[in-house]
Amino acid sequence: MSEHSQHGSHGTMGRLMVGFALAAILTIIPFALVMGEVEMERTTLIGIIMGLGAVQIIVHLVYFLHVSGDSEEGWTLGSTLLALIILGIVLAGSLWVMHNMNENMMPQHDMDKMMNLQSQQG
Amino acid sequence: MSTNMTQPSETLSPIFGRLSLDWIPYHEPILIGTFAGVALGGLLVLGLMTYFRLWVPLWKNWITTVDHKKIGIMYMVLGFIMMVRGFADALMMRAQQAMAAGGAEGYLPPHHFDQVFTAHGVIMIFFVAMAFVTGIMNYVMPLQIGARDVAFPFLNNFSFWMTVAGALLVNISLFIGEFARVGWLAFPPLSGSAFSHGPGVDYYLWALQIAGVGTTLSGINLIATILKMRAPGMKMMDMPIFAWTSLITNVLIVISFPVLTATLALLTLDRYLGFHFFTNDFGGNAMMYINLIWIWGHPEVYILIIPCFGVFSEIVSTFSGKPIFGYKTMVWATACIMVLSFVVWLHHFFTMGSGANVNTFFGITTMIIAVPTGVKIFNWLFTMYKGRVRLEVPMLWTIGFLITFTIGGMTGVLLAVPPVDFQLHNTLFLIAHFHNVIIGGVVFAVYAAVTYWWPKAFGFKLSEKWGRRSFWFWFVGFYFAFMPLYALGLMGATRRVNMYPDAGWQPYFIVAAFGAFLILLGIVCTFINFYVSIMNRKALACGNDPWDGRTLEWATQSPPAPYNFPQEIHVRGREEFWRMKQEGFAWSKDYAPIHMPKGTATGALLAAGALVFGFAMVWYIWWLAIASFLGMLIIGIGHTFNYNRDYYIPVDEVAETEAKGALA
Repeated sequence: MSEHSQHGSHGTMGRLMVGFALAAILTIIPFALVMGEVEMERTTLIGIIMGLGAVQIIVHLVYFLHVSGDSEEGWTLGSTLLALIILGIVLAGSLWVMHNMNENMMPQHDMDKMMNLQSQQG
Repeated sequence: MSTNMTQPSETLSPIFGRLSLDWIPYHEPILIGTFAGVALGGLLVLGLMTYFRLWVPLWKNWITTVDHKKIGIMYMVLGFIMMVRGFADALMMRAQQAMAAGGAEGYLPPHHFDQVFTAHGVIMIFFVAMAFVTGIMNYVMPLQIGARDVAFPFLNNFSFWMTVAGALLVNISLFIGEFARVGWLAFPPLSGSAFSHGPGVDYYLWALQIAGVGTTLSGINLIATILKMRAPGMKMMDMPIFAWTSLITNVLIVISFPVLTATLALLTLDRYLGFHFFTNDFGGNAMMYINLIWIWGHPEVYILIIPCFGVFSEIVSTFSGKPIFGYKTMVWATACIMVLSFVVWLHHFFTMGSGANVNTFFGITTMIIAVPTGVKIFNWLFTMYKGRVRLEVPMLWTIGFLITFTIGGMTGVLLAVPPVDFQLHNTLFLIAHFHNVIIGGVVFAVYAAVTYWWPKAFGFKLSEKWGRRSFWFWFVGFYFAFMPLYALGLMGATRRVNMYPDAGWQPYFIVAAFGAFLILLGIVCTFINFYVSIMNRKALACGNDPWDGRTLEWATQSPPAPYNFPQEIHVRGREEFWRMKQEGFAWSKDYAPIHMPKGTATGALLAAGALVFGFAMVWYIWWLAIASFLGMLIIGIGHTFNYNRDYYIPVDEVAETEAKGALA
């Protein structure tokens, strides 16, 4: 408790402006794509928007939250990576588990297939 | 449904919500007896406290304190009180199942029995085990790393009182309304509004959400403490193993508790606002709840056991007179468990219907997670090997743990084999398994830790005689209580049954009830131990380092002064205190004023607001919910304007306190 820890660097004005510009560009592109009604396939469009969103997250982490290998002896980068890994496990795992279960627990088409097989054997 | 008979009809009044006199269970003699007992005991305590003029000291020294040591002790008190409540539930279940064989109905109606097993699980995990491990980490870890307090002392006080508010809400349900009848994880659709109308599940949800705020904040607090407040020179790899296990436990808390919060929030939306996340119709999927809650639930069991591994590491090392064997493997094994604990959750629901590939994956990861745990067992054994092992009470608990936990671990690996699990899922075999690891691991560790660090906290040792009695009753009682359950599980006895037709099972249940009675004696011995030792504290008084310890908490006075250490310690490596003792260390007389945080009532007030809010939400008393929520906001914002948060302990006072310690 005795001494308040020295406040870590909050970045220079220049870095913050770079971050701001990047964030603005990454926001404008998807808006432009949607509002300008650009000719492209719907799934590609969604893919581009989601991808830009992911890049946006990284820009925020690096430029505004100052996640880097140097700050706080690397703990900010390490904890961000751990959080991402766990998030990946939780999301991918849940999708895999639930999808697999739906496949197995609602086997309508499988049932049909098996019935066909049975009738052939019989 | 038969349950409707026992529940009053739903009417909503603008003032009392759905709370009516019919919800007071005055027609149930067991509850009336309990209530009379609690009320009389409570009045007695209130009277004695007034008589001895303890209210002001209680408020000033305990309720408003931000001292991590006092908060740690309060967590332990909470844990022991709630253990009595949870254990009373266990005795009721054992008595019921010992009686209700072959057509007999026992003495507990199903409506009541279902509440008892739900309350037992919820209380034992959230308010006993969690309170105990948080309390031990709070007390010991800052001392071990040479810090004066935790990183956010006010937050610590607030976290504790939020946990208390959650515990109180569970206990209020005993006398006003009812508790949930859905098992400790409240699986939907049973816990959804279609099948659980009453306030029981709502008590469950709000109690856990309120306590969860405390747990999450305390996790953040302790991580910050370890990363930022270690004594100068102490590198991460110089920390005692217990500090390492605390760090990893709190990382697990911070990562996993938000999942619990979100899952319970979704169920709350289902119940209060008619959403359909987990309902049977309109696209809801109850399986998703089970999936999500175990993504929290499996890390949770490691949150409970990992600090206990730390406790045993400290004790084995001290009582063998050797540094811990394989320090680095211990750290890395714990780190591996941290990550692996997030990839095994499906083993709690192998039978839910996933394909063979999914079940195989999670079965194998479950077997893999046993490997780092096995590494630890060998590390403890090798620490004892060729050491001068002193078989004092903490070491007894440790050896009891090594034997019991290994058995529990092996039955766990059995359950990790999916085809075996299909046979044993939801049987008493599973119940025996997790009690085997939780009692053998967590409870034994808590007892070991209490015996080991009690002299540090109070300046005198606990009675050795009563400590040994407590151990033997617990140890033998555990085997009597749970080995029959393994056998019953293999015979197909499912969990949570309040009666069974096969009279052949009854002898096993009677043996199990006898075991529970032995454990009761163990708990009684514990309280006698506290009483006898406090009465004999002059004779049992000991110095700062009664066990010939190796880590920094033994360098300071017993009990430690509010500032923990009179001077900063400059750490040069592992087991710094051992090195200091070899070099004939003594504190210098050169003191400086010490900067300390001031106590505050804000934490207790906010938690009181949260308790009222939770109660109001359970009973649909909307005006009170809004009022208490606004009250909490105002208190919270008001606290940010309090700039009178710290003070300096002057040099004279430090010198005086230190001189007193030297005499004792």
